[in-house]
Amino acid sequence: MGGLLLFLQNASTNGLLPWQAQCRASERFCTPLPEVERLALENGLLPARYQRNQAMLSLDDQRRLFASHVAVVGCGGLGGYVIEGMARLGVGRITAIDPDIFEEHNLNRQLLATLEQLGRPKAAAAAERVAAINPVVDVIPIQSRLNAQNGATLLRGADVVVDCLDTVSVRLELAETCSELGVPLVHGAIGGWYGHVSTVLPGSLSFDRLYGKSQQEKGVEKNLGNPSFTPAVVASLEVAEVCKLLLHQGTTLDDRALSIDLLDMEFNDIPL
Amino acid sequence: MKITVKLFANFRQERFKVQEFDLTDGTTCGAVAAQLKITEEELGVIMVNGRHAALTQRLQEGDSLSLLPLVGGG
Repeated sequence: MGGLLLFLQNASTNGLLPWQAQCRASERFCTPLPEVERLALENGLLPARYQRNQAMLSLDDQRRLFASHVAVVGCGGLGGYVIEGMARLGVGRITAIDPDIFEEHNLNRQLLATLEQLGRPKAAAAAERVAAINPVVDVIPIQSRLNAQNGATLLRGADVVVDCLDTVSVRLELAETCSELGVPLVHGAIGGWYGHVSTVLPGSLSFDRLYGKSQQEKGVEKNLGNPSFTPAVVASLEVAEVCKLLLHQGTTLDDRALSIDLLDMEFNDIPL
Repeated sequence: MKITVKLFANFRQERFKVQEFDLTDGTTCGAVAAQLKITEEELGVIMVNGRHAALTQRLQEGDSLSLLPLVGGG
């Protein structure tokens, strides 16, 4: 390992380690790329891809993100952007859960939906996309529908869970599972021009206050559908919440929701 | 009694953003929603004076009632 570290140190300039050097090190020392990344971050070297993070995230923050595991439930409108954000941020492990395959009506808004992906599983597409952006990120694609029975198994080991689902009953099951596991849940929902984001810490009643015991499977989205921009906005806010939860920074949306209205361009803080 | 009703998101369509109402004492949040032809199924968060409230809560003079629709897409 000493030889590998020395190689990485010699290949770095001003503490920045170029991607090509990470690849060469991986080959030369028969060490997987994630292990090279971990060794660099633990020894004061920042992979050069993160240099624009430097002013707001310390090297130790970047190391903590890489050591983190985030489960994203739903790889559609919200999930595609959330997974993209996680991969570019440098979260080390992502569990991507979605039972569905891409269909033509996903193309208007879902980042992972391309013509080539039509008919293919969304979870697998998430893994392919991340591999194309940041191959050190370990994506665990799961083509299953999360429910009360399998939830605890599918989410095991996650530091934070992100709710990118599209059905209220499944969201309720997810929230209950996260509460039982004691894992923070970042929740986002969209419909038409509207959406909201909230962070549900274990033991909080905020999810019940958003949905109660709602028997409805769909909200306003049933009649309004979803355009290209609403998922991107809400998903980005979810990623920011995850980043803060993982790094214990800033103020998160616990016991409140941020209600978003892109038609009237209003953001309202809703106490829950 | 006079109360203020604030509507959010698509509840505003063909209604209003903010409006004052003069109602009988003790009118519930649910009765106001029904008067506005907003069904229980459509409702998400209900707030009175910025605090979470139930449909059965009775309103008082000067209260501000906020109604948000259920949003569940992803």
